Amino acid sequence: MSESLLANLLLLSVILINFFCLGSARLVACIRAIAVQGVVLALLPVAVHGLCAHSLVLGLGTLCFKGVLIPGLLLRAIREVRIRREMEPFVGFATTLFLGTLIAACAFLCADWLPLAAAHHEGLLVPVALTTIFSGFLLLMTRRKALTQVLGYLMLENGIFIFAVLLSEALPLMVEAGMLLDLLVGIFIMGIVINQIRREFSTISTEQLTALKE
Amino acid sequence: MLGRIVLHLLVLLILSPLLPGVIAKTKALFAGRIGAPLLQPYYDLARLMRKEFIFSRTTTWVFLAGPVVGLVVPLLAAQLMPFGGLGASLSFRGDLVLFVYLFGLARFFTAASALDTGSSFEGMGAVREVTFSCLAEPTLLFALLVLACGADSLTLNDLLGPALAGRWHSGQAASLALIAVCLFVVVLVENSRIPFDDPNTHLELTMIHEVMVLDHSGPAFGLVLYGAAMKLLVLGALLVRLVLPLQTGHVLLDLLLLVAGLVGLAVLIGVVESTMARLRLPRVPQVLVGTTLLSAFALVLVLR
Amino acid sequence: MLIPLILLPLVAALLAVVAPWHQARSLLLVVGSAGHLLMTGVLLAQPAVVGTPWLGLDALSRLVLLVTSLLFFGCAFYAVGYLEYHRVRGNRVMVPCLLVFLSAMTLAVLARHFGLLWLAVETTTLASAPLIYYNRNRLSIEATWKYLLLCSIGIALALLGIFFIGYGALVGGVHPVDLQLDALLAAAPDLSRPWLHAGFVFILVGFGTKMGLAPLHCWKPDAYGEAPGLVGALLAGGLTSVAFLAILRALQLMNAAGDGPLARQALLIMGLLSMTVAAISMVRQPDIKRLLAYSSVEHMGILAIGVGMGKLATFGALLHLVNNALTKGGLFLSVANLQRGYASKKLWEVRGAIATLPVSGTLFLAGFLAITGSPPFGPFMSLFTILRGVFGQGATAVGLGMLVLLAVVFVGMGATVLTATQGPAVQLDTPYQDKLLVVLPPLGFVLLVLVLGLWLPEPLVSLIREASALLEVTS
Repeated sequence: MSESLLANLLLLSVILINFFCLGSARLVACIRAIAVQGVVLALLPVAVHGLCAHSLVLGLGTLCFKGVLIPGLLLRAIREVRIRREMEPFVGFATTLFLGTLIAACAFLCADWLPLAAAHHEGLLVPVALTTIFSGFLLLMTRRKALTQVLGYLMLENGIFIFAVLLSEALPLMVEAGMLLDLLVGIFIMGIVINQIRREFSTISTEQLTALKE
Repeated sequence: MLGRIVLHLLVLLILSPLLPGVIAKTKALFAGRIGAPLLQPYYDLARLMRKEFIFSRTTTWVFLAGPVVGLVVPLLAAQLMPFGGLGASLSFRGDLVLFVYLFGLARFFTAASALDTGSSFEGMGAVREVTFSCLAEPTLLFALLVLACGADSLTLNDLLGPALAGRWHSGQAASLALIAVCLFVVVLVENSRIPFDDPNTHLELTMIHEVMVLDHSGPAFGLVLYGAAMKLLVLGALLVRLVLPLQTGHVLLDLLLLVAGLVGLAVLIGVVESTMARLRLPRVPQVLVGTTLLSAFALVLVLR
Repeated sequence: MLIPLILLPLVAALLAVVAPWHQARSLLLVVGSAGHLLMTGVLLAQPAVVGTPWLGLDALSRLVLLVTSLLFFGCAFYAVGYLEYHRVRGNRVMVPCLLVFLSAMTLAVLARHFGLLWLAVETTTLASAPLIYYNRNRLSIEATWKYLLLCSIGIALALLGIFFIGYGALVGGVHPVDLQLDALLAAAPDLSRPWLHAGFVFILVGFGTKMGLAPLHCWKPDAYGEAPGLVGALLAGGLTSVAFLAILRALQLMNAAGDGPLARQALLIMGLLSMTVAAISMVRQPDIKRLLAYSSVEHMGILAIGVGMGKLATFGALLHLVNNALTKGGLFLSVANLQRGYASKKLWEVRGAIATLPVSGTLFLAGFLAITGSPPFGPFMSLFTILRGVFGQGATAVGLGMLVLLAVVFVGMGATVLTATQGPAVQLDTPYQDKLLVVLPPLGFVLLVLVLGLWLPEPLVSLIREASALLEVTS
């Protein structure tokens, strides 16, 4: 009971962080929030599966990558491009927040209709995973800054990670480690590209990237 | 029943000025000052009450109705609200709606009395106050609905009754935690606290609640202050009961628990006020919409 | 033998990172790819290769491995001349990235575990992003960003699809849940259907993004258009084939679960959509490289249709995979030569290519004829086989639609290509001349395609037959 309570609290904080990122204009705060989300996700395997070597190593790896390294890379990128705020997103903050809540409500209400395994009907894992994935998409679609889009991508990945916690017996540690490493390298490359975008266009708004079209 | 009513009134009338005192003391300690004594609000009230009524000639009876209603409403609302382990003295189906809209009534009269002066500053303050309150209202309603859904009842007495403690150990703990956070924000907004409003500001342009009562003085202002303190206590009692649903069965112990909880809340408000900067005005509605959505989400969690 | 095949390019990449000279790095590229091709040849010659649960070599992976290795070897050879030309820009990034790209593609082809497969495909995205950015200008950074973001998101969805399938196993009561291909194939009938279907759709969307099936192709013209020609060739011929293989793995699973028809239908719809979108975009396309990119979209559509129809068409589609990869190699490399000669890839500047740069111009024209399915080139054979399969199954509407679209593509592409190649010679502003090193690889590819059109070697036929048997419903 206490374990699942802990897991539920962790998952709930994941959702709150999603809402925060959808509603906040301050990029640094968003990156920090994503870092906190990474830390929360690191605790999740332990909370769900109990203390075993697999979940400990996975948690530790997640903590290093999602909690420390990736946010660190993003914070460094933001220092270099000297952008603080997401101004004028395509859709307003309150609207995205509203959509995010709507999505969360749908995910929670619909999760019961999904053909879940009996053990997962009560838990919050599946709806939270879906909410996080969709929130990531929302962030990706509604923001102009390249950096916020990366945050959206990270959130999407976090959602998938939550889903993966359901399946951790099927995922060998090596594959999970590889996934984390790939994510890190991906963010690293994206950070470099963002820096190059800034150098070329003196902005990191992706609106400028419209030269290539029919 | 009568005993209950008297007890509630006594708690409310005697304890309420203590809370602003605790908040002020906490803030003073954070700032490294000794600060005013804990009982300063009592002295202030006594001082104000000794003064004479002064009314501008342009004002009508509405000007006085504001403070009076502001004082009466918490007194009524307190009867609907169980104070800690002490049950509510009045209880009927749907009283939670009355509870919410009693405060609406008070707000209406406060705004009306502010407009009655004809001052543009007060009108501005009234606009802001009404805007923020109407944004905070859904949060409060949603929060009460969350409680109602779990309790299968529409009376505050049942929502906050002994069953509440059990719900913290069930799957609803998460949504209860969510609405506790939301209610805390509502308490801050409704009582004009930082980061939404600054009760100590002296610049008319930045005030919200305080600017509405600029023209009140003497006993009328005393009534305003007293009403505000009681409102803080009533709303605070809701939050305290939600977070500390313990019940000993002994009246004195329950009372002590309530007082301890309220003082804790006041300290917490003081800490928030000392550590946070005030939000920019356009950000306030965003935050309130956020809490509304959060509490709606909590409702979804319960309905699930 | 399988692990060294993956490690060889990786080691070469590491050496290239530390190698201090330009020449040494170029040499490492050629040596690495030649070694890779050699080992691939040895592996393919063995009738049975002992695999592990993680890595294995079935007929499908043999086919894709052969194509990838061959294409990469040609491109590596070409890269030497290309990098010599761009001496100033250096090859310190290019060569290691190319080699890592090869290694990741090999891993993806050999992987027998869905997690590993995903990992490898994601790594190809990461390794190819710096390659697309090679030209370091505004346009290439835009292309890189779109490629990186869209493909990363697509791949993330594919991962979700893989997890859905795993969850389907969990719900279906399979124990222990394993994402290993053979284990999943064996447990396929027990998988929970809704999750399996959702998983397939997500995998199709995810790897379909990587493959460039419409409507997920929008990064493709940009990336192919702005990347160096040899990178375009590797993406259009190698990476798309690898992504297609990943989709085929999911198809195998659907087949084993008895839901093959559903999966095939989805493939068919996306295939037809891709052909239509590509055909529309290719008409009056003023940019030669974007033209090739849309051609790639079109041919991915053809592959999807072929596999979607099944039976003989599957055989045709797998043959077409080989033909398409090799032809795209020839086309992209020859267009890269033209682009370097004219310092442009726009139709209003590239004129009279055959007269100006005889070899590259002729190769471009020949490549165009090959890719649009004109005899006697290989794609004609494979397209013909696919159409025969389509009509043979009574899907006349699909067949006619394909024929019409192929005709539109021929006319649209022909208008552009003929305008570029025909006409009097132009005075070039660049010192570029057709040199042996940069002409030989496209020539080799075009000749190979020509040979495949005239004579199909028996081992290849039996390999493709074996591979298409893997995609048929077994029960």
